[in-house]
Amino acid sequence: MGIKTFCFKKSLWLFHFGGASCNNCDIEILDCLTPRYDVERFGMKLVGSIRHADVLLVNGSINRRDKERLLEIYHQAPKPILVVAIGTCGCTGGIFAEGNTFAGPVDKIIPVDAYIPGCPPKPEAIIAGIVKLLNK
Amino acid sequence: MTKTIIPIGPYHPLQEEPELFKLYCKGEIVKDVQWVTGYNHRGIEKLSESKTFEQVFFLVERICGICSTSHPFAFANCMEEIARVEIPDRAKYIRSIIGELERIHSHLLWVGLAGHFLGYNNVFMWAWKYREPVLELFEMITGNRNSYAMFKIGGVRRDIENHKIPTIRKVLDTVKEKTDLLTGAVMDDPVIHARTKGVGILTKEDIIAYGALGPTARASGVAIDVRKDDPYAAYASVHWKVITAQEGDVFAKAEVRLLEMYESISIISQCLDGLQQIKEGQVDVKVKEIPEGIGTGHAEAPRGEVFHFVKTDGSNYPVRHKIRAPSYMNIATFKKACVGQTISDATIALAAVDPCYCCTERMAYAYDYASREKILDGNELVKMGQRKTEKLRRQIKRNR
Repeated sequence: MGIKTFCFKKSLWLFHFGGASCNNCDIEILDCLTPRYDVERFGMKLVGSIRHADVLLVNGSINRRDKERLLEIYHQAPKPILVVAIGTCGCTGGIFAEGNTFAGPVDKIIPVDAYIPGCPPKPEAIIAGIVKLLNK
Repeated sequence: MTKTIIPIGPYHPLQEEPELFKLYCKGEIVKDVQWVTGYNHRGIEKLSESKTFEQVFFLVERICGICSTSHPFAFANCMEEIARVEIPDRAKYIRSIIGELERIHSHLLWVGLAGHFLGYNNVFMWAWKYREPVLELFEMITGNRNSYAMFKIGGVRRDIENHKIPTIRKVLDTVKEKTDLLTGAVMDDPVIHARTKGVGILTKEDIIAYGALGPTARASGVAIDVRKDDPYAAYASVHWKVITAQEGDVFAKAEVRLLEMYESISIISQCLDGLQQIKEGQVDVKVKEIPEGIGTGHAEAPRGEVFHFVKTDGSNYPVRHKIRAPSYMNIATFKKACVGQTISDATIALAAVDPCYCCTERMAYAYDYASREKILDGNELVKMGQRKTEKLRRQIKRNR
């Protein structure tokens, strides 16, 4: 067992970075924590600081103002960290990719381990995505 | 000063979207509030000019995920004013149903978040649990839980077939039952009374001076509601009343939102009655071309009036598209609502106007008034608010 798989075996702690998004993905991520989907039973929970996190969830298109903050947050993260781009905007920029403030999809800024497309992805899709990533 | 904040960033797990509030404090009293935005700027008005009218609907839907009906609603009203189109009755009812379902899920979402700020995490969990059936209803009607893509110029894209109506009524009954439960929990709890009454008061004059809209205005006795003032869709043909309260504090805002959910349920059930009397199928009219002209359209979002202005030149693209979201007006009232409160009350006073966290941002810091140094961050603020509730709860228990 490598160090990476060992680190991610139990109780993943998530840090959520909402870029310039429309809020749908943010709400669906929060929805995962509420009783219908309840990922906290697997020990997954949102944490307040990136320094405590195992997974960085990024959603929304990234504008020029967010870009440097996302980089800063990524550099502060304890490594190894898994980065998950959530939603069409996180994966490609989606409808906002032509915008004048757009600073590139997430994978142009930081390395991304998994993409969960959808506008917004359903909570089931988010959970399935993270499970797939862990089994990789 | 801004530089001290950057390493932490306005990104925070409790709410979703980035927004930075700076609270300048003296002792425990908030003396000044400053807010910084721009983390969410996507250039939507400019993007809109490069899209055809059909595509703009998908763009404006993504301004805000929670109000993802209100913006297409206002834009459709606007375009139909320019094209001088009268939409079929069935489409009017369907539009109103979708709009009101959205209001229910948005208000439930707010009740949950407000509960979280007060340290009632079970209210947060329960409200979000009871929101799920509404989202399932959306999935049944439109095919998606959020971002419904139901609107187009001249009508709606999908019909609500009559065989789906009993299911919708059944879900509404459940929602009504759960709203009773939540309303009872809020109205009868002495701790919630103690935490929210007299906090973040906005007077009628403040509302008019700041131009606040929606439940924020209605909780201060200003009966402003586009659905009543300038009825669109099916709102003129159903019976309902504008809910107002006089106090203008956080409790009044919660009360207005909870009671509005009952009105929404009543509007939907009247619209369903209307739907049953009309033949299925006729949900749109063909619009061949959009003439040159200017148009305005508005719709009552869960947070207040959404306003769209479009100028066209006879081509397939808007020449100018101006959008005003209600949170833009409502957030300015923080200056009035927070100043003079204690820091632990500031979070709920900020949350009370339901700042469409996607149109804005989400982070609060406490600064010392004299030295302007940061003393508390958002996490600590929320914890402080929750501790105060706990203290009050113990006190009230002791007095019994």
